[in-house]
This record gives sequence, structure tokens and C-alpha cells, in this order.
Amino acid sequence: MSDSMRDKQAGLLLDEPLIFERSRSGQMGFDAPELEEADELLPPELLRDAIEGMPEVSEPEVVRHFLRLSQWNLSAATTFYPLGSCTMKYNPIANEAAARMAGFAGLHPMAPDELAQGALELMAELQDMLAEVSGMDAVSLQPAAGAQGELTGMKMVRAYHSDRGDARRTVLIPASAHGTNPASAALCGYEVQQLEGNALGVVEADAVRKAIGPHVAALMITNPNTLGIFEREIAQVAEVVHQAGGLVYLDGANFNALMGVAKPGHMGADVLQFNLHKTFSTPHGGGGPGAGPVGVRQVLADYLPNPRIVRDGEVWRWSDAAPKSIGRVRSFHGNFGMFVRAYAFIQALGGNGLMRATQMAVLNANYVRARLEEIYHLAVPGLCMHECVLTDKHLEPTGISTLDVAKRLLDYGFYAPTIYFPLVVSGALMIEPTESESLETLDEFIAAMIAISEEAASDPNAIHAAPTLTPVGRLDEARAARKPVLRWKAD
Amino acid sequence: MEFPDDLKYSKEHEWVLVEENVATIGISAFAEHQLGDVVFVELPATGDEVAKDEAMGVVESVKAVSDVYSPVSGEVVEVNDDLPENTELVNDDPYGDGWMVKIEMTDPTDLDDLMDCEEYQKFCAETSG
Repeated sequence: MSDSMRDKQAGLLLDEPLIFERSRSGQMGFDAPELEEADELLPPELLRDAIEGMPEVSEPEVVRHFLRLSQWNLSAATTFYPLGSCTMKYNPIANEAAARMAGFAGLHPMAPDELAQGALELMAELQDMLAEVSGMDAVSLQPAAGAQGELTGMKMVRAYHSDRGDARRTVLIPASAHGTNPASAALCGYEVQQLEGNALGVVEADAVRKAIGPHVAALMITNPNTLGIFEREIAQVAEVVHQAGGLVYLDGANFNALMGVAKPGHMGADVLQFNLHKTFSTPHGGGGPGAGPVGVRQVLADYLPNPRIVRDGEVWRWSDAAPKSIGRVRSFHGNFGMFVRAYAFIQALGGNGLMRATQMAVLNANYVRARLEEIYHLAVPGLCMHECVLTDKHLEPTGISTLDVAKRLLDYGFYAPTIYFPLVVSGALMIEPTESESLETLDEFIAAMIAISEEAASDPNAIHAAPTLTPVGRLDEARAARKPVLRWKAD
Repeated sequence: MEFPDDLKYSKEHEWVLVEENVATIGISAFAEHQLGDVVFVELPATGDEVAKDEAMGVVESVKAVSDVYSPVSGEVVEVNDDLPENTELVNDDPYGDGWMVKIEMTDPTDLDDLMDCEEYQKFCAETSG
């Protein structure tokens, strides 16, 4: 093979210039017909003949460019994706098929209730399912994602206290809580007071007892917490908060470690949010949008968002009648497509299936922990739930850090775990396999982690140079953040 | 890692240089090293009142975002205006060009809670243990 051919082959796989850089004067993708009366339709100052910098590319080049870029995407559908805390669950194809059924996909959000009975019934049933699986009394599907679910929950907490003429100003949040909790509390006008966990990363009832008082509106606690550890004193903690007149917000971001096995409603939670993309297998981010339903115990049910789905004789309809509601938090009815997917997931698995999924997620995380804790430093000793947190401590003499391990994993064909989070752990590598992975995949990943640890001692330069088998190599993250180039500009 | 012995240090990893009634404040080499490359700095404005142990600014690195706490109460009399545009100064020269603010102290006994160089080094060793 000649060098130029080898270059060309590499180029075919790995090099993709910007679409602007592909532009050559005179190339054309689509030949639009001339608009003859343009100047009659629009004022002349709004018309232009050319757009500066608009790439001139043929249609096949445009298609190839974007298709190639799309092939660089990594997801749970292409690669093991152990991004701890984020819970990159595989999205079952059956969910997609259900969401694309014409009756759901083509339904207009402003369709009158009588033409949307099936959708309303699905939403009402999903609310009941979420209430059942969490042990809560009522659910609203409205919030657009987990963080908005938190905000909605905390607004209800505030409405509850102000309804009772009780001006409480403080929210207690453990250091191991979900990172968005302090922001949600602050947005509701609360002062945040941080609670430290014990050496095992768990919040003790005694610590809450010391911090609690008539000034505390609520405790926001994540269970399992962001260290992947079950808060085993949760019931006593909740009792301490309740005795002082406060409420317990349980962040349901890690509900995928409890689903079908334990119910937050039984742990003393008054309100929680569900992250449908983390627990009920709906897509994340770009494939989303998210959905962050909130569940409440009876004590907060009056404050749930309006409108609510009600049964009116034989039909379902929307009602704005609840007088103490905090009102609407999302236009229309929430991210409905996600409800269909979550509903399909729950129906497909059933109660026992949900329990099995949870058990497998916890088993997979503990398998990775047990195999790797001999080599990597484990942040918190003992069993974990759905994710385990390792650190780079044992690599310190080699000069290899968590970031280097993460970059090297890409060369081994795995997406990297979450790194440097949670913040309470120095050099954290947070691994969450989810329930979807086979033993073989986990073994391959573990072998890669072990190989990298060995390489750190024998050939640290190879790790510092990683990744080398990706479309682009090691990025200068500091420069990208300090001097970002956010868009292409014509010379 | 360097810890100049003419400075005082806080548990939140700020250093303080005291000249008469004015405290010059920045973050320590330990903090800078833990954070990694600093990419964003937000500081209070001249004339702002700051309270001891309360957040007065923000540093963001490629790893994490952290509050900067004021080790003393008082009024901000000078701010390092070069810093927001040249955040690498925090990493390159944390005790020099990477200084953050100067505060005219209202209560010099605030300094009593701070550690000297030796105590602080011990504190860092425990923290990273």
C-alpha cells in the first residue's frame, strides 16, 4: 500500500473538515427556483443575493459530512457507557416503537380532551404506576426534567410552609447530595446549610439532630447518595426532620437502585422527583428531552401543579380546579413522548421485572467494585448500590491521574466513567454499568482498567498521549475553556 | 508545592497577606493544584462589603467549580482586574500575579482563626490523605 493510499484510508475514517472548509465556489446542493416577485413580498432592504460564508457544497457531500459526524457519536447503543451518576441506560427499541405509534406521535398538544382520551389514560396510569413503585400518594408528570422536578418539589415545600404561616428559611443538604439540589433550594429563596456525612459517606440522624430547628423548611437528601451508598439511617433522619416540622425531599435521581425493591414513601420522603431517563430507560439529552415527574405524600398533594388529569364519569379531562396548586410549571402537558416510553418500559418489565432490573444494576456495580477494589482505591469501603466510586490514589507515584485513565479507556473502546465527581472524593472515577450489560462486557471493561493500571507503571507516556485511536486526540481542555472558538467565521 | 511563611492560610485554602489593615487574598498552591487548570474567575467589585467565611467569588477549573471564601470581614478596596482575562495566573503564580482581592479589615481578630504556614501544610496533608 502506498503512503498516499494509507493516508487516504486514515482520512476516510478519521478526518472530517468543517462543512465551510469543504466549500468550493460554484458547487451547488439544491437548485431552488427563482422567486420572481420577491421584492413585492418583502421590503428590498430585507432581500439579499448572497450569504457571506455560506458553504457551497454538493448534496452528496453534505449528506456524507453529516452522516460521518453522526457515526462518531458514542452512546449506550454503540459502546459500554459507564457514566456514573448519569445512568446511561440502554433505550429499548420497543419503547421507540410505542412512542412512534401514529396516535401518540401525531397527537396535537392542543387537541380537545375528547380526542386525546388514550393519551390522557396513559398519563393517568403512568402517574399511578410511579406512585405505586415509589410509595407516594400522588404524581404530576409536568416537569420537563429532573432539575425542574426538584424545583417543583421545593416550590410545593415552600407553599406548604407559607400556607401555615411558617416562614422557614433554611434547607439542609448533605455534601453527598445530587449536585443540583442546592441550586433548586436557592431558586426557591432558601438558604442552604450543608451537612457532612460520616466516614462511610452516610448522613447520620445525630448530625441532622444537631442541625435541625424551627428554621429548617426541608432536608434534601439523595438516596442512594452520589457516592452510590444507601443512606441506611434515612428513616431516623426523616423522623428527626418531621419532628421539627420540616419536610423531607428525597432526590430520586438514583431511584434506579430502589425501583421494585424499596419505596421512598416508606423511608419518610414527603416529595421526590423521578428522572425518567435514568430510571425508566427513556433517552438522555440530545435524544431526549428529559422528563422529571414529581411524587408527593398526601401532606403536599394539594400543592401539585395544575392542570391535573381527573376522571369525570367515563372520560378523562384536564382540571384547573385545585385551589392551592403552585400552578403550571410546563407548557402543555410535559414531555409526552417520554411518558409513552416509560410506560412501555414499566409494562414490558412488570413489577418483578423492575425488581430484577434493579438487582442486576446493583449486582453489576458490585461486580466491578469487587474486581477492581484490589487495584484501584475504593472511595468508600463496603457494598455499593448501582454505582461504585474508585480513585486514582494508587497511581500517584506514576504521575497518572484520573483524567489520563479516562482518556486511555477510549483507546480500549469504552466510554469513560464520570470523573472528578462527586466533589467530596479526590480524583473520583464513578462507574455505573446499569442493568443492561453482560458479564462478558463487564469483564472486558475490568480487563481494560487493570491493563491501564499496569501501563501506568510500565509505560506512562502511552497513557499521557491517549487517546490515539479516536477521531481527535487529547484536547487542550483549559485552552478550549479559556479561549473558546465557538463558531466559524469567514476570513 | 510552595507555602510562603509570611502568609496566613484558611481551611478553605485561601492565603492572606497582611499589610497594616489591608488583607491581600488569593488561593493557595494546594487549592490551585487540586483544582487543575483554572478557566474562569469571578471576583467581587471594589467597594463591596464581604463577611468572614462567606463566599465572595468563584473559581472554575476544567474539573470543578468552587466558591472563594473571604477569610476576613471588610470592604474590598482593590481587585485583580487582570485575573478574569488571564485565569492561568492562578495556576502559574498563585501567591503573586494570581492574587485576587485586597480587603480593608473591619476586625483584625478575624486573623486569629487562620493557620500559619506549618499548620496549613499539616492540614493539607490530612485533607489529601
